[in-house]
This record gives sequence, C-alpha cells and structure tokens, in this order.
Amino acid sequence: MSLSLFIILITLLFSLLMFFIKESWAGTIALGSVLINTAISSWVAANAVLGHSFEEIINTGVVFGDIPIRVDALSGWFILMMNFTVLTGILYGRRYMKHYENKSGMLSLHFASYIINHISMIGIFMVQNSLAFLYVWEIMALSSFIMVIFDYKNPETLKAGINFLIQSHVCILLLTLGFIWVSTQTGSYDFDAIRQYSVSVSPAISLSLYLVFFIGFAIKAGFVPFHTWLPYAHPVAPSHVSGVMSGVMLKLGIFGILRMLVVMNQNYLIIGYIVLIVSIISGVYGVMLAIVQHNLKKLLAYHSIENIGIIGIGIGIGAIGIGINNPYLAFAGFAGALLHTLNHSLFKSLLFYNSGTIYQTLHTLNIDSMGGLIKKMPHTALLFLISAMAICGLPPFNGFVSEFLIYVGLFEGVHSGSLSIITFFIITIAGLALIGGLALLCFTKAFGIIFLGQERSQFEHEIVEAEPSKLFPGYLVLVFIMAIGLFPQVFIRLLINPVNVFTAGLENASPSLAMITNIKSISLVAWAFIVAIASIWAIKHFVLRNKKDVIAPTWGCGYSAPNSKMQYTASSYVRSYRKLIGPILIMNKKEGDIKGVFSSPIFSHTHPYDKMESILIDYPLKILNKVMSRVRFIQNGNMRYYILYGVLFVIIIVLVSLLSGMATYVFNLLKQ
Amino acid sequence: MSGTGFILIILTSFFFTGILIRTKSIFSGRKGPGIFQPMKDIWRLFHKENVYSQTSSFIFKIAPDIYFASILIAIMMIPFGNQKGIFSFNGDFVFFAYLLAAGKFFSIISALDTGSSFEGMGASREALYSFLAEPAFFLLMGSLALLTGYTSFSDIFSSISFDSYISIAIGTLASFVLVLISMIENSRMPVDDPKTHLELTMVHEVMILDNSGFDLGLILYATNLKFAMYGAIIANLFLTPGKELYYSVPIFIGAQTLFAVIVGASESFIARFRMSHNPQFIITIGSVSLLIFFAVLLMLGKYI
Repeated sequence: MSLSLFIILITLLFSLLMFFIKESWAGTIALGSVLINTAISSWVAANAVLGHSFEEIINTGVVFGDIPIRVDALSGWFILMMNFTVLTGILYGRRYMKHYENKSGMLSLHFASYIINHISMIGIFMVQNSLAFLYVWEIMALSSFIMVIFDYKNPETLKAGINFLIQSHVCILLLTLGFIWVSTQTGSYDFDAIRQYSVSVSPAISLSLYLVFFIGFAIKAGFVPFHTWLPYAHPVAPSHVSGVMSGVMLKLGIFGILRMLVVMNQNYLIIGYIVLIVSIISGVYGVMLAIVQHNLKKLLAYHSIENIGIIGIGIGIGAIGIGINNPYLAFAGFAGALLHTLNHSLFKSLLFYNSGTIYQTLHTLNIDSMGGLIKKMPHTALLFLISAMAICGLPPFNGFVSEFLIYVGLFEGVHSGSLSIITFFIITIAGLALIGGLALLCFTKAFGIIFLGQERSQFEHEIVEAEPSKLFPGYLVLVFIMAIGLFPQVFIRLLINPVNVFTAGLENASPSLAMITNIKSISLVAWAFIVAIASIWAIKHFVLRNKKDVIAPTWGCGYSAPNSKMQYTASSYVRSYRKLIGPILIMNKKEGDIKGVFSSPIFSHTHPYDKMESILIDYPLKILNKVMSRVRFIQNGNMRYYILYGVLFVIIIVLVSLLSGMATYVFNLLKQ
Repeated sequence: MSGTGFILIILTSFFFTGILIRTKSIFSGRKGPGIFQPMKDIWRLFHKENVYSQTSSFIFKIAPDIYFASILIAIMMIPFGNQKGIFSFNGDFVFFAYLLAAGKFFSIISALDTGSSFEGMGASREALYSFLAEPAFFLLMGSLALLTGYTSFSDIFSSISFDSYISIAIGTLASFVLVLISMIENSRMPVDDPKTHLELTMVHEVMILDNSGFDLGLILYATNLKFAMYGAIIANLFLTPGKELYYSVPIFIGAQTLFAVIVGASESFIARFRMSHNPQFIITIGSVSLLIFFAVLLMLGKYI
C-alpha cells in the first residue's frame, strides 16, 4: 500500500474512533494519530531535505486521474516545521482542553478536526495536482473553521469564525480561478502543466496568472491589505489552535507563494519587487497596530502579520537575487525567509500557548488588568520572556539569525544592483530596522505589563503556575529556539537543499559556504555574550559575597503610600507612541467627565480599530448593502412569491433554450 | 593585535565623562571635579551592597549584568583603523545594533519590574526614542556599505577615504549623525538632561531610580563605555589605513577628547527639548542619513 493512502486511512480510523470513546480520551487519541502521521511524513520530509526527493503517483480513477505526490526539499522543510508545531500543539491542547471536558460535547469533533487538519496540511505540501490541491485546501479551511468556532456559544466567536470562513473562501475562489485558467488552456491539472503554460505564454500573461495566485495565497498568509480576518480569528480560537494557525497555517500561504514561484519560474525581478513592497507595508503596519492592542491574543495576531512581512521581505530579496543572477543575494533571501518561517512557527506558537495558560489562570486577556505574574507563574514568565526576545529578533535567540540573513542579503544587494534595487533595498533596510525597534516597544510592553510590577486588579481565584504537562511542550519549543540561536550553522546547512530548489538554475550557485562561515561568527559572538553575562554575574556575586541584599519599598519620589494603580499601564506606556502615529490609527475613545466636587467614578476606554479594514472592507460593504437594499423587496419572506420565482426561473430557462434554437434557425435561414 | 581597539576604548572610557564634566564646569565658570572623579564614584559604588525593591523579581537583578555585557561585546566588534575588532564578520554592525537592543530590552523591563509610576515613564520614552533612532543608524551603515562595497565595520572603515569634496561632506554628515545618535543612546542633551532633578523630565535617569550599589555602578560605567564606543566609531572615520600606531593612537585619543569637549560644550549652551519635540528631532537624524545616502549615490554616479 502506498504511503499516502496509509496516512489517510490512519487518520480516518482515528477520527471515527474519536466519536465512540469517552471525551476525556479524545485528546490522547488525537495525540496518537498526530504521532503516527508525524513519524511517517517527517521521515519522508527529512529525506527530502537531505536531498532524496520522494515521488509517487496515486491513481484515483475517473475523478482526479493520476495524482502526483512529490516531496522535494522545499515541501520537506515545510512539513518538518509543520509537524513539530502540530505536535507541540496537541501536547499543549490536550491539557488545555481538559478545562472544557464534559461541558460542551464538542471535544471529539474538535480533536477529530485537529487531526484531519494535520493530514490536509501534509496533503497541501505534497500534492501536485491542482484539483486535488483545491480539495485538500478546502478540507484544511473547513477543519480549521470548526476548530476556531469551538466556543460557538459566544456570538463574538461565531462572528469571527464566519468572517474567517468567508475570507478563506475568497482565497479558494482565486486559487480555483488560477487553476481553471491553466487547465482550460492545457487540459491538465498537473503542476507541470502550469510550468509549461507559463513558459509558453508572454511574460505579461504569466505575471498576471502569478498575481492571481499571489493574492489568493496572500489572503491565507495575512499580507496587508488582505489581513483583516486574522486579528479576529486568532483571539477567539482555543490557544493551541491559535498557535497552530499562526505558526503553521499562515505558512501555507507562504508555501503557496514559494511553490508557484518555483513552478512558474518567470519574471523573478518584477515579482520580487511586488512581494518586497507588499511585505514592507505588512511588516510595518502589522507591528504598528500590534503595539496599541490591549487584548494579548490580538496583539500576537497583529504580530503574525509583521512576521509574515519579514518572511515576505526575504522572499522578495531572493526573487530579485535570481532576477539579477546574484546567487549570494538569492541564497540570503530565501534562506532567511525559510528560516524565519521556522522561527516564527516556534516562538509564535510558544507565545500563544503562554497566552492560553494566562487566560485559563486569570480568565481575561486584557493586558491592562494583569501584572506581577512573574512571582506566581515563573515558568510561564521565563517562556514568555525568551519567546518575546526571540520575536524581537534579539541575539542570542533564533529570530535574530533569520533577520540577520535577510539583512546580510540586503546589504549585499545594495552594492551589486541598479539604482532602483539600491533604493528599494535602502528603504527595506530602514523598514526592517523600524520593525525591529517597534517590536521592541511592543514586547517590552507585553512582558513588562503582564508579568512585572504589582497586580493591577484583584482576582477572586488563586493564581497558580500551570501544571508541568502544560509547560512541557513550551520547554520543548524553547530547546529549538535556543538551538537555532546558538548553533545557527547547523540549520543553515539543512537549508542548502531547500534553497537550491530556487537557485539551481543560477551560475556558480555555491554561496552557502561563505554564508556558513559568516553564520559561525554569529554563533561565536552569541556564546561570547552568554559567557560575558555569566562572568559579570559571577564577579558581582564574588565582590558582594559578604554583603547581604537589602529589601526596601520601591522609590516613590517622596510619596509614602504608592499603590498598584499608580503603576504604568499598557495604555500609558504606549501613549506617546500613539500620539506620534495618530493619523495612521483609528482610536475610539470614551471618557467620563469629572462632575461636581464629589465626582462619581470616572473612566477612560480606548479601542483601537484598523484603518485599513474600515477603508477596504467596511466602506465597500456599506456601499454594497446600500445597493442591495434596492432589490431587497425580492426577498419578502412570502412563500408564494418564492414558488413564483421558481416557476419564473423554469420558464426563463425553457424560453432561453427555445429562443436560442429559434435564433439559430432564423440565422441559418438568413444565411442561405 | 585585534585587541588594540578594545583596550583603547576601555582606557578612554576612564576619562571620557570626566572631560565632559570638566568642560561643562569650565564653561559655567566653576573649577569642577578632576577628570577621574566619575570613575572614582563608580569604584565606590562597586563596593556597596544592592538595595532591591520588594516589588522586583529576578529580572531586576540580572538586567544590569546583561546590559553591561551587551555593551562590552558590542565594543569588541569595533575596529581600530585597519585592525579588525575582536569579532569581525560580514554584517557585524547588524549584530552590533541588535546586541545593544538586547541590552536595552532588559534595561527597559527592569524599569517596569519595580512597579513604579516614574520608571515606567522613563521606560516608555527610552523604547520610543530608540525605535526612532534605529533606522537612522541602519540608513547610515547602508550608505557607507554602498560607498565602500563592504559589509563589515572593519572593511568599511579601512576602505573609506576622503579624497573629494563630496566624500568630505559625507564624512562630516556621518560624524554628525553618529554624534547625534550617541547623544540619544546615552540620554544626553538635547534629548535628555542627566543633571535634571525632576523625575517627570528624565528619560534614562528615571529608569534607574531603584538601582543601587554594584548594579548602579555597572550601569553608570556602561554609560561611559557607550560614549567611548561611539567616540571610537567616529574616530574610525578619520583613521585611514596605513597609519602607524604612533599616528593612529594620538588621532584616536584626540578625536575622543574632541568628541567629549563638543558634547560638554553643546550641553553648556543648549537647553533640553520639550518631551513632545524629541521625536521630531530624532526623525530629523533619519533624514540626514537619507541625505548621506543621496550624496553617496551622487558620488558613485548612479544617477544623473
């Protein structure tokens, strides 16, 4: 039996089994299925990354015909990345979902869709037949929709879920359009047909075909301005699902963009420019909005947009590198993009797991009401701190390595290109630096306000650290975050084959050696940094060995009764920033005035809103609603009218065919 | 001999702030302390025990160590004339900037760790100013990389040469930008006044209100090191390759002293900006960096 069929069979069996056992077992069953599927697909994928591609053809009879299953190094890299996050996701999720046991009755369905979602993602990375690709893509979209609306009794969740469902189908619509376009021209659904078609037509047509795919995949990946579903869907989903969605599912869009780049190897330069521009806007805009969010998961969701932007910058540089035949540039760009894809899946999933732990402890996600958690939840705090530093791209963690690769590519490109490339790259460098600085502002806010200082509000329930089994997946991710940060050369080596998928056609394409030597220095300096910290710490303890630390209250500048309400809050921390970028934001503010001498309690609420969403989604919808209200009389709720519509429809159909027959007859008569 | 730069920067850091303070006192008509007085103060602090706030956690205890270590390692990347720094590789200035950012990350969260209303204020400002200043530094390094064709500190500085009017203009503008960036990074005038006594108007000083003893010593000495580090980068612009040590060392010391005197003089004659004007000022530096970029393009004849 072929490998792919075996995986499908296992998954079906396990998901059926899910409905016949006790709810408390569902998580374990899902874990079993994920483990088996991970083991099989990772073996294939690891071989592909090391240079042994996998290929088989499944014959499915009349509907699909032959479906080619191809795992090259690019698919392999994505499968390995995806498997790891799905695995830690289920490890965390089965503990997280314990909370909802015997409460909703949806648990079995949730876990069944989790494993079906896993296998559909494996399918997306492997299948190279457009019809089958659309099918697995649709299964992925539907199963993730079911996972998002787990808490369906909450109207907000349902609304966000439907928003997500509609936008993922706009994405599918565009993909279908692109695939049908090719298949009507070539009569084949194989990806090879797309390759041949794009070579045979003029560059302009092939570019517009690419753009159709690009916009479709960009919706999934969350590039600005196609991002509006993302900040709604991520916060309402259960935390492990948010982790998997942000860590892995967005990357399906990235994978699609990369795969189409390989398949339609045309117009690299112009595609590079387009991707670069969209990515810089995504990166800067995403982090700008992330900073002003008060909801922790929404903040993380906007940060996903930022990171997708960074990945996109890498892709743009790589494509331009191929376009101007500069292997070093191409390697730096694609390696940076692929490594950042992995890195983002690591730290972002970890951040979402942590936010889930915080949510289940405090029952709120509002950053402003948190504070001082580091003393009660030290493990969660440590995990959050390291992933926050990693997402800011600070050494010695993994986020820095991928951003460094992209920077090196940019600086390399600055003095090897034409004026337009130089200008674009300089703007990108400034943009990337800006993104780094803004991310620092955002995550010092998130970590500082959530975990440090004193508690900002009282909670009725006791705040305790999560149980070890819930922390374990977090530490598992942490190991990789540290490993990539401290031994980047190992991972760059692994990237040689995946990047080669793009750069194989270039002359003297062996820039990886120079790059690895360079990356080794990073590892060296990162270690030096750690050694320096350790030795300063040791010296401090040696010098102060006979002295005892004194514990005293925080300096209140002479005020003797400071309380926790006088601390800086998340809103006040970013106030000057908010004032600065005012024109780009929509800030809905509600304030109560002080009335009289003995005023009643006053309040001040701020709700940030996405300006791009209001212009690109809300306004057109308003117009559409206005237009549609003119024809609303058709839908009057009266059954008799509906029957009349049906009859009218039948009559029109019959008349049309009759009339067209008559028209042909008359036409033929005239011709004679 | 790649450690020469490192040793020289450490040596300079001993008297840099002293010269600065001395300049200020001469301009204001006072005799002022000796140039080693700041180091003596720091030395005394190193012998004192730490006082920790009861609100703070382990973050507050390790933050000064990390902050100091980040600057120490950053200094090791600075070259000296045509000699490489201890660590030198392509794109080392990216690592340099991000390493400093890592130190800053910790100094910011350690300020938030105390739960003080004042220290949060300083932290907020520090984070805001540093994200505004970041693009200016990268634009500058990008332009220099474009000018020289190299992507590491030592290669860029050893191949830069001032042989035409435009290149002299570029050098002047670059030093101007570096001086201003170092003023922001070190929280000096006109962005921040370290001698102010009102917490509401401080930036860096208010962040370290709760630090004391050894930790405070580390932070204060780190400030000295940071000054010397930026001074060294500026001096490197003028240390053209081929100079023997008996030329380059005096040039280095001279440039550092001049830098300290300029900082002291400017602090004596200009007042601190209003807080709300600081962002505008910092964005201006970014535009000066852009000017350098255009000058480089002009020089390379990339556009006509």
